[in-house]
Amino acid sequence: MKMLRIISRNIRDGFKSVGRNFSLSIASISCITITLLIVGIAVIVSYNVENMTKLIKEDFTIVTFVNADATKEQIQELKTNVETFKNVDSVDHETKTQISNEIKETSSELSSIIDSWSEETNPLYDTLLVKVKDTEKISDTAAAIKNLDLVEDVRYGQGMVENLLSVFKVLEKAMIIAMVALVFVTLFLITNTIKITIFSRKREIEIMRLVGASNISIKQPFVIEGFCLGFLGALIPIAATLYGYSALYKHFNGQLFSPFIKLVPAEPFIYVVSLILLGLGVVVGMFGSYRAVRKYLKI
Amino acid sequence: MEFIKFRNVEKTYKNGVNAVYNMNLDIKKGEFVFVIGASGSGKSTLIKMLYREERPTSGEIYVGGINVAKVKNNKVYKLRRKIGIVFQDFKLLPKLTVYENVAFALEIYGLPTNEIKRKVLKALDLVGLKSRTKSYPEQLSGGEQQRVAIARAIVNSPKLLICDEPTGNLDPDTSLEVMKVIEKINDLGTTIVMATHDREMVDKMKKRVILLDNGKLLKDYEKGSYSHYENA
Repeated sequence: MKMLRIISRNIRDGFKSVGRNFSLSIASISCITITLLIVGIAVIVSYNVENMTKLIKEDFTIVTFVNADATKEQIQELKTNVETFKNVDSVDHETKTQISNEIKETSSELSSIIDSWSEETNPLYDTLLVKVKDTEKISDTAAAIKNLDLVEDVRYGQGMVENLLSVFKVLEKAMIIAMVALVFVTLFLITNTIKITIFSRKREIEIMRLVGASNISIKQPFVIEGFCLGFLGALIPIAATLYGYSALYKHFNGQLFSPFIKLVPAEPFIYVVSLILLGLGVVVGMFGSYRAVRKYLKI
Repeated sequence: MEFIKFRNVEKTYKNGVNAVYNMNLDIKKGEFVFVIGASGSGKSTLIKMLYREERPTSGEIYVGGINVAKVKNNKVYKLRRKIGIVFQDFKLLPKLTVYENVAFALEIYGLPTNEIKRKVLKALDLVGLKSRTKSYPEQLSGGEQQRVAIARAIVNSPKLLICDEPTGNLDPDTSLEVMKVIEKINDLGTTIVMATHDREMVDKMKKRVILLDNGKLLKDYEKGSYSHYENA
């Protein structure tokens, strides 16, 4: 009962303090707002970049051309053989007839020529489309497939794939470093602003100590205040995420510049980002207050 | 019975300044003691060691059986709840009303609201400010603010009231008014230790006086035997 009363009073005081120290609260809230906006943009950008690289990687395929002399059974056997490879995710068999039909659809000029081909005279190769699990090892897997009997040749965009992969690798690392740095900057900025807010209330803390408030009961209202500041500071970034990203997604029709670069669908992505921003604001707010008060509890 | 005991207390600040030398002192329960001396005589240090804002470098200080020097930082609040402290600069929270400033000291104990109300009004009544509960500190005169601070210090019925130059910022008439309130509290059984510069006040009050000089206890005058005119 006693503890409950103390806690409920501390919650009340925490909320009251936000209003009582209005100008300083506004300073903290706007600092949190700005940093969270930047964090929000960074999260959205990095997640989209990651999504893009993932989609592109999923498109990596080893096209295996099968020797024209191979029988249907031999091709089937080759397919099951390739499927047992460790790094192989899936294998699709495309017959030369299927391929010629695809070409016909895309080019009307070629269709008359292709129409003149029969099953026997079709110069195209049967192909196995191999998707790999780990794109980093795509060249090894391709080489292993090439060594098999009845395989005429393999293509996976040699050279281009390696370049893309190394670019992605750098990009991913840069994203991680940027995110970590950003989170630290946020932490630092928010804690410092709150520290200034609380510094001006050193006297209040001093008096609380002098009249016999325990350290915990001094910290509580400040931590709750930090919670409020973080929460209020997160509102605008969250609104910006919810409305801004949805609008952006609609405006660009879900893709940026080319169908190659797809945006992450707005839902549920925006809710996840909002939650991250809210959590970051609230946690950092509380942590910042806690750290700041602790400094003044050594009187 | 000794309520406060100083045993071989020494205090050296980190910067090498020696504030208190080998101090031995006993104060009985219910006594009213003035601590006087020039600036730098160690008055403030002595007072601060009583509520453990400062720790003695060596020696022991007992307040109501607690060895103050040994109280850990995170347990200081337990000691502070047993004593009331009044400062020269009042230390009121400007954004709280008179009532809230006094109630503040009780809310942290988790007392029920109606009990807080009863105690706060009783304390404000004692200092003669029952009618100003809704005022803010800046709307009060210096003497009134100090009385609010006294009300806050005694609202929890402490056994000891420590006053650090409580009249230092007040004119003589207001000082007298504040001193009367403190004397009234003493009459109710609370031990009072007061550091002051105000020698005329000390003369008038005729209480025990401890004179410090350069960190040493120079003289301990029995009740009523001090007059600064004789010692001048």
